[in-house]
Amino acid sequence: MEEIVELKNISAAYEGTTVLHDVNFTIRDKDFVGIIGPNGGGKTTLLKVILGLLKPTAGEVVYHGAKQALFGYLPQNSRFDARFPISTREVVLSGLLSEKGIFRRYTRQDKAKADELLATYGMGDFRERPIGELSGGQMQRVFLCRAIISSPRVLILDEPSTYVDSKFEQEFYSLLNDLNHRMSIVMVSHDLGTICSYVKTIACVNRTLYYHDSNLITPEQMELYNCPIELLTHGPVPHRVLLRHDTKH
Amino acid sequence: MFDLLNYTFFQNALACTLLIGVSCGLIGTYIVAKRMVFISGGITHASFGGLGLAYFLGLAPLLGATVFALAAAFGISYLSDKKQFKEDSLIGIFWSAGMALGVLFIYLTPGYAPNLLSYLFGNILTVTTGQVTLSTLLCAAIVLFFCKFHRPLFYIAFDKEYCRSHFIPIASVEWGITALVALCIVLCMKLAGIILVISYLTIPQAVAGMFYKNFTRQLWLSTLVSCLGSLIGLFLSVPLNTPSGVTIVLVFLVIFIVCYICKRH
Repeated sequence: MEEIVELKNISAAYEGTTVLHDVNFTIRDKDFVGIIGPNGGGKTTLLKVILGLLKPTAGEVVYHGAKQALFGYLPQNSRFDARFPISTREVVLSGLLSEKGIFRRYTRQDKAKADELLATYGMGDFRERPIGELSGGQMQRVFLCRAIISSPRVLILDEPSTYVDSKFEQEFYSLLNDLNHRMSIVMVSHDLGTICSYVKTIACVNRTLYYHDSNLITPEQMELYNCPIELLTHGPVPHRVLLRHDTKH
Repeated sequence: MFDLLNYTFFQNALACTLLIGVSCGLIGTYIVAKRMVFISGGITHASFGGLGLAYFLGLAPLLGATVFALAAAFGISYLSDKKQFKEDSLIGIFWSAGMALGVLFIYLTPGYAPNLLSYLFGNILTVTTGQVTLSTLLCAAIVLFFCKFHRPLFYIAFDKEYCRSHFIPIASVEWGITALVALCIVLCMKLAGIILVISYLTIPQAVAGMFYKNFTRQLWLSTLVSCLGSLIGLFLSVPLNTPSGVTIVLVFLVIFIVCYICKRH
């Protein structure tokens, strides 16, 4: 598969503390990577490095193709002001900023495209509504529309299930499967059940990264990786027990 | 009252009031949406230091105010971006430092400083033709900037991190708007004075915010309210023999209260 982004020997730190160390990772065309790992293991940091939001302390990120329209990003918590005067349609249109640049005007076609996407994702009646008046699940759909309106080559999702209500969850993941025919998807999730049923490959991030070229981590593979057992998630969420990695893949 | 229109000083005042109305209507909408009202207060008061220094050195007070306003605007945004200091602490520092320097320089300058008082409380009737020209240029720059960039501007203000993930050169837009905010504040100082500038940048916008939750519509309505209120205030100040800046602020307040009551019923 064609390579789109390559992370080579990446280390990254927050306020002097190393969060990622010597990470190698490649995003390939039409891949659907699930990123799992313990809290604080560096999953979000990894996404930030990929997106160019955090400068790595060592290593290199190689983008194949123009960077501007490469990514669609659905953050875990969009840190925005809920009272900001912006309509749902405008939020979706803001996803075209990379394509338009700061000088080109928005056309009727752009608006029609935004409306069409919103309608596809069940938000057609909300296009004039201020974003702050939507529920968490509705906002997440709008942010997904914003992420994909520019037809990015890679869609990056950080814990999408945080806001997706159970009613929409099934639909949401089948939408992702559809999108995967057109773009690669990189999804961080603590929900291992979800990860295993939808993704094609898995990357475990805990200070460094282990890539599994399959969506199942079988006992045989664990043996192959020569890892003792490690609990990846805690609490009431359904979880799977994976083994500790002693060797990098 | 309309005989006044024959006088150059009033024509200048009228032109300047309208130009300020348009500029503040636009810039204020951005300031309110981005919750920069307190920053604007900091920039306004910091510029007093520049006024004092220019007065002390025998230069044009507006020039000093402009330099200090720009320095405060860029200083606050640069230092708070570095995350070393909290933004509100920085505002407090720039705010008080500007006022302290201003008072110090006035104290050091021999004689009485009547002109400086007009910058504290504003006096649009003393505006010169040269200042009208400068105001026209600045207002044109602000209108052009908003016509051309209002979408990127508000998109970046809404979610900066998302725009950065698209590798959009957001710094140029942010620098542009920071400079325009500072310059608009200096422009408005002539009309409203340091003490009241903030009301021109917030009350018309609060009125617009009552009716629209979309920035494009807010831009239009707050500009309309800002111009209308300024004109009514200016014309009322003549027969009432009250300071124009203060009268305009009170007209804004009346508009705000009337709209609030109408909206509730």
